Amino acid sequence: MSLKDKLLSSHIVFQESLDPDSPIYDVRSEAIKTFEAEGFPTKRDENWKYTSLNSLLKKEYSIRTKTESALDFKDVKQYFIHDIDTYNIVFIDGVFSSYLSSTTHEGIDVCTMNSAINKPKYKQIIEVYFNKIAKDESLNALNTAFAKEGAYVYIPKGKVADKPIQIVHLSTGAEEAMFLQPRNLIIAEENTEVQIIERHQSLSSNAVFTNSVTEIYAGKHANVDYYKIQNDRLEASLIDNTEIEQHDNSVVSVHTFSFGGDIVRNNLNFYQKGEHIDSILKGVTIIEGKQHVDHNTLVHHITPNCESHQDYKGIFAEKSTGVFNGKVVVEKEAQKTNAYQSNNNILIDDQATINSKPQLEIFADDVRCSHGCTIGQLDESALFYLQSRGIAKKEARALLMYAFANTVLSSVRLPQLKQRITKQIAKKIGVSIGFEI
Amino acid sequence: MAYTEDDLREELKTKEYEYGFFTDIDSETFPVGLNEDIVRAISKKKEEPEWMTQWRLEAFRHWEKMEEPEWANVHYEKPDFQNISYYSAPKKKDKYQSLDEVDPELLETFKKLGISLDEQKKLAGVAVDIVMDSVSVATTFKDTLAEKGIIFCSISEAIKEHPELVRKYLGSVIPQRDNFYAALNSAVFSDGSFCYIPKGVRCPMELSTYFRINQGGTGQFERTLVIADKGSYVSYLEGCTAPSRDENQLHAACVELIALDDAEIKYSTVQNWYPGNSEGKGGVYNFVTKRGICENNAKISWTQVETGSAVTWKYPSCILKGDNSIGEFYSIAVTNNFQQADTGTKMVHIGKNTKSTIISKGISAGKSQNSYRGLVKINSGAANARNFSQCDSLLMGNECGAHTFPYIEAKNKTAQIEHEATTSKIGEDQIFYCNQRGIDTEKAIALIVNGFSKEVLNKLPMEFAVEAQKLLEISLEGSVG
Repeated sequence: MSLKDKLLSSHIVFQESLDPDSPIYDVRSEAIKTFEAEGFPTKRDENWKYTSLNSLLKKEYSIRTKTESALDFKDVKQYFIHDIDTYNIVFIDGVFSSYLSSTTHEGIDVCTMNSAINKPKYKQIIEVYFNKIAKDESLNALNTAFAKEGAYVYIPKGKVADKPIQIVHLSTGAEEAMFLQPRNLIIAEENTEVQIIERHQSLSSNAVFTNSVTEIYAGKHANVDYYKIQNDRLEASLIDNTEIEQHDNSVVSVHTFSFGGDIVRNNLNFYQKGEHIDSILKGVTIIEGKQHVDHNTLVHHITPNCESHQDYKGIFAEKSTGVFNGKVVVEKEAQKTNAYQSNNNILIDDQATINSKPQLEIFADDVRCSHGCTIGQLDESALFYLQSRGIAKKEARALLMYAFANTVLSSVRLPQLKQRITKQIAKKIGVSIGFEI
Repeated sequence: MAYTEDDLREELKTKEYEYGFFTDIDSETFPVGLNEDIVRAISKKKEEPEWMTQWRLEAFRHWEKMEEPEWANVHYEKPDFQNISYYSAPKKKDKYQSLDEVDPELLETFKKLGISLDEQKKLAGVAVDIVMDSVSVATTFKDTLAEKGIIFCSISEAIKEHPELVRKYLGSVIPQRDNFYAALNSAVFSDGSFCYIPKGVRCPMELSTYFRINQGGTGQFERTLVIADKGSYVSYLEGCTAPSRDENQLHAACVELIALDDAEIKYSTVQNWYPGNSEGKGGVYNFVTKRGICENNAKISWTQVETGSAVTWKYPSCILKGDNSIGEFYSIAVTNNFQQADTGTKMVHIGKNTKSTIISKGISAGKSQNSYRGLVKINSGAANARNFSQCDSLLMGNECGAHTFPYIEAKNKTAQIEHEATTSKIGEDQIFYCNQRGIDTEKAIALIVNGFSKEVLNKLPMEFAVEAQKLLEISLEGSVG
């Protein structure tokens, strides 16, 4: 049975287990129809031209975990930014782990999607925000159809989240192959501020395929910082759909650090629905082996006087493949838009591949839009300069690569996170020297 | 030639049963529709050898199985391929020795279009192979070229007189099944130009062809084949103007360039097909496949100025097969009113040390849509490949659109690729600066547009550059509020 058929039939069972009075009951049944009609994307879809899911779809996945696993914090500590105080929302094989988590309802809501969907006090919010931003297309719809668990963050008007929030998805390998579909909803109302770190981590060599959807709503003057750390095992694949709606004067920035995983696809879509908005999309990708990382971004400028800044850096070694498909759409009404997009890549080995497709679609005349894309190598003369000053070649290369990625790192506002990523980069490029910032 | 029109008429009459259709010879236009019989009849009419007929039929069979592409960023009413006449020729079919013999009415049309044959002959030193509704009616300067061993003639003539060259190279760059329109063209191409430059010869003049669509309801399917043998050089000019028409006309041409070792081909186009009126009615559909292949140390340079057509779909490409080969693409695409253009290039790097440059300037005004779509592909064997792309768009008014769709695929670590695109409008400060110095706004715009396009205009041969500059001005007339 193909994965699609399996999902469709298991949805019938899933549907029966649900409360028909749930605010999202109908949304789910509509969504499964969309998925049934569209199926999984193939290379024939323009947006999936360079990424094939075939190898993933062949596996026999368990759609729900049969056994509940418990983990000790000390065993998974390394996957947390543990040296600062944070709220944690942790899932093990898709199931919320209250033992590892620390949630709150004081002033702000940091809890699970499951409780938000089922508790009457959240009903109104869920009705207003759930599945309103995510585009109705196959993978989003599939996630919506099975939406049950994930992180729920609600920052009411005028509040600032006092601690960063970590969302960690762990998979234990209890099943031979696991298909996970977390669903996150982040609502930052007017004049709010929040920082979120998201991570998916597999703990065994069993296959994991995650199709995650995150909806982020940023109200007027809201300030949302979202960091995605993708450093999973080679057996784990991830499709991350993040859909963001912004209102007047809000600033949302998403940093994606892709170092691990088998096939990683990031769909990151911004919709600007107000004036003076700033959208920031940044990413560093360093991969090797047969890894495949695909960044598919969209910034939809709908209203005037807004800005967007995209900066994606990639270093590709061995037989890895990098894809960047960035799209900026400027609607007719979106005058005075300032959109900037840049994608720089370094190929380390001969069999590495880069496919880059930076696109602009512009319908307004009074705009400043530019994009740049480069593919090249480390500067030989810079390398020579460092070597001539007594820095070994390997370290010199590492320094240059670090400098290359630094424009993205420099805007990370959590020092502990920055340090962590710096270490990961150093490890990835195979040097032990610590970079101090 | 022994084979006369009468023979043909006779033959078609006798074949009538076999093919099941009727042709009115006097009108010289085939009945509408497309089937194997029409393909055969075209081939017959052109007095082509059997291998050519088979080649066309093969293309036709592929075409039948293909679907019209929909990926381009253009919207138009799909042509009904069974409602087009696939062959039309001016009534007089004899070859003329001098201009006096040419139908005066035809000459009058040329004059209206502002091209004086004799003037061009004298002043520009350009040999003009005029294609008037598909049949080559006048070729000049042939003798001069013949002295150097250069073959410059219509493709139908080449099929008859140089079959070995045509057979070897036709379809070698654009195979019959390449794409929907290339297949259609391969099946039904009526005429076009053929050019062969022998080893080590530098073509002494700019070769030029003028294509025109003149008869209502007939699509034009040109086929151009340019072969530059080892160490040769040729500059080829192609210019198009079309008189006003109310119904949509289809133009699906194929241009194949072959640059052998150390050869250089410069191919320049000024395209000004009828773009439709200001309400977007009428206009030519221009679906063109242009591609060149470069062997070792060869160079192909495409320069184009696109101002016409209701819908343009055109990607002059270079396959950099040989080591050290160079591909260039310089383009200005201007769209106004309801025009839609989806144009760009493909640079496929296969050989080592290959270089490509892409400079594309798009100007959109009125309610038009202008897209750049390009591919830069570095294969794994293309060590030290180098590409530089620059795509700038200029928007005039807020009802038009400018789009950029670059595809960059690199599979070699030594590749160096730079892509840069900007979109902006003419700055008020720029206009103000000009106004301040006594240049009115309309002139200022012309000046700025000219500056914006300079990089590309500079690449055009002198006499073309002047014409192109004028075209830009005319195309954008009244588009400034």
